[in-house]
Amino acid sequence: MDFQSCVTIQKEWDIVGARQMGRNIAKEIGFGTVDQARIATAISELARNIYLYAGSGEICFERLETIDRKGIGIYAIDKGPGMEEVSRVMEDGFSTSGGLGAGLPGVKRLMDEFDIVSEVGKGTKITVMKWIR
Amino acid sequence: MRIPILKLHNYLLISIQIDLDDKTAIQFQEDLLNKIHKSGSTGVVIDLTSVDIIDSFIAKVLGDVVMMSDLMGAKVVLTGIQPAVAMTLIDLGIHLHNVPTALDLEQGLIKLRQELEE
Ligand SMILES: Nc1ncnc2c1ncn2[C@@H]1O[C@H](COP(=O)(O)OP(=O)(O)OP(=O)(O)O)[C@@H](O)[C@H]1O
Ligand SMILES: [Mg+2]
Repeated sequence: MDFQSCVTIQKEWDIVGARQMGRNIAKEIGFGTVDQARIATAISELARNIYLYAGSGEICFERLETIDRKGIGIYAIDKGPGMEEVSRVMEDGFSTSGGLGAGLPGVKRLMDEFDIVSEVGKGTKITVMKWIR
Repeated sequence: MRIPILKLHNYLLISIQIDLDDKTAIQFQEDLLNKIHKSGSTGVVIDLTSVDIIDSFIAKVLGDVVMMSDLMGAKVVLTGIQPAVAMTLIDLGIHLHNVPTALDLEQGLIKLRQELEE
């Protein structure tokens, strides 16, 4: 729990900014190219969801370090409409916007740990982590 | 930002060299369809060698543009998808089943020629 940095997601271009920043941090931590791509893609999905469904929010990054492993923590936070049924949005193909609905279930597969807290009318916080193997 | 579309005989060649944001991707879709219409091209190669991320949105745009071009009568081949990108797409659950692909630009052109001659 040492270093943390955040990017604001407000306009479409921030999606690209967030994933590029995330990729750079992942590289610095020591992730290989494939994991860098996985992390950047996960960030892209989370940031786009914020942009599309909440309008604005932020993505924060954290360098994780324990005695025996290193990793990255990513937090996608918004004060948007929230989700009524968290279990539904985790189904492959579920989309309220005509998307592929691959986003959230995909993010879960791309990362090692996934947690979602959402309250209707209050907002959503999604936490994901990935560890270096 | 606009992605350049080159014409070579009756083919169109595109090499995507930038990190695609959503607007650029949609603009590209429109530009390509217009160019197919104007030039009467029958084959298109989209080279993705320099693309190091394809998320679900970009995947959808690419899959759609292949189908749309097909409707217009032009075959599209995607080439040069990086290993990391291929692995990420499968994790995302995106298989691009009906999308013709090839290892590189050269293979892509060979594949197009074969498909068009059949
Ligand atoms: N931050 C959020 N706030 C409110 N609702 C959300 C948020 N993120 C996702 N959702 C809801 O969850 C659904 C599923 O999201 P997911 O990212 O899996 O698919 P999608 O965005 O619809 O399509 P894709 O990501 O494949 O383009 C969305 O359609 C939306 O209704
Ligand atoms: Mg999504």
